[in-house]
Amino acid sequence: MKNLGSVMAAYLASWAIFFVYYWSVGRRVSRLRDDVERLKSTLTKTSRP
Amino acid sequence: MAAQTKRELPGLGLSVALTAILMAAAGYAALYIAPTERTMGQIQRIFYMHMPSGINAFIAFFIAFIANIVYLVKRSPKADWLAVSAAEVGLALISVMLITGPIWAKPVWGVWWVWDARLTSTFVLWVMYVSYLLLRGLIDDPERKAIVSAVYGIFAFLDVPLVYMSTRWFRTQHPAPVVFGGPNSGLAPRMSEVLGFCMVAFAALMLIMLRLRYKVEEMRHEVMELEMDAAQLSPELLPASGD
Repeated sequence: MKNLGSVMAAYLASWAIFFVYYWSVGRRVSRLRDDVERLKSTLTKTSRP
Repeated sequence: MAAQTKRELPGLGLSVALTAILMAAAGYAALYIAPTERTMGQIQRIFYMHMPSGINAFIAFFIAFIANIVYLVKRSPKADWLAVSAAEVGLALISVMLITGPIWAKPVWGVWWVWDARLTSTFVLWVMYVSYLLLRGLIDDPERKAIVSAVYGIFAFLDVPLVYMSTRWFRTQHPAPVVFGGPNSGLAPRMSEVLGFCMVAFAALMLIMLRLRYKVEEMRHEVMELEMDAAQLSPELLPASGD
């Protein structure tokens, strides 16, 4: 079982990168969705006679 | 991710769940099914994450390369969105390769890092794609940003064949390739099967990340269009979010 700690460290580091990246993309999508909603509601209000 | 995004990307939840299961199965196969390598022992199991992440990073960079060429020829914004998405996903994958490599190297070589042709060219590749993303952040005009980054992206990709061929062209500390490496290379059949499975799992992960990242570009475009509409109706409504 020599070096099993290093193997685990490599796997954990890799999973951490994927999770952080997935989270960062999800956060960007969420922010942009908020912007789209805000702008759409602004446009609806502004274009009302 | 929120329910609305799931509606915007049909089947996203299922794809993410399937990819997570595939990745977990790949991890299990690498740790428990693949035989222990005779010389290096357990540490060699890093290979099943190290190589698939590298190969899929190259595939992502190749997608970016093709998309950059398509952008320069057709000036299609969608090609630019695909290029930046693939470049970012490739960067995440090559980062995994660069982190797992030294963890593997330390017990085997006695050092974390050596500046041989393979490691140096991979590090240069990482730096070039970080620069590609930074460069995009420096240019405001969308068309100019797309043109400059497409040209730079094509240039950056030229390092990928160099990384791939470096162990064949130069004497390196990094070992010669065991897959497609010539007559004295190769893996035990069970190792090849596990490696193939890990490649498929990483390819699925790369594609799902690419689809999600592309969605960010689509939404950025939608926000820009809405901001322009809002500016025409009422300029004082701007600026919107800086994202």
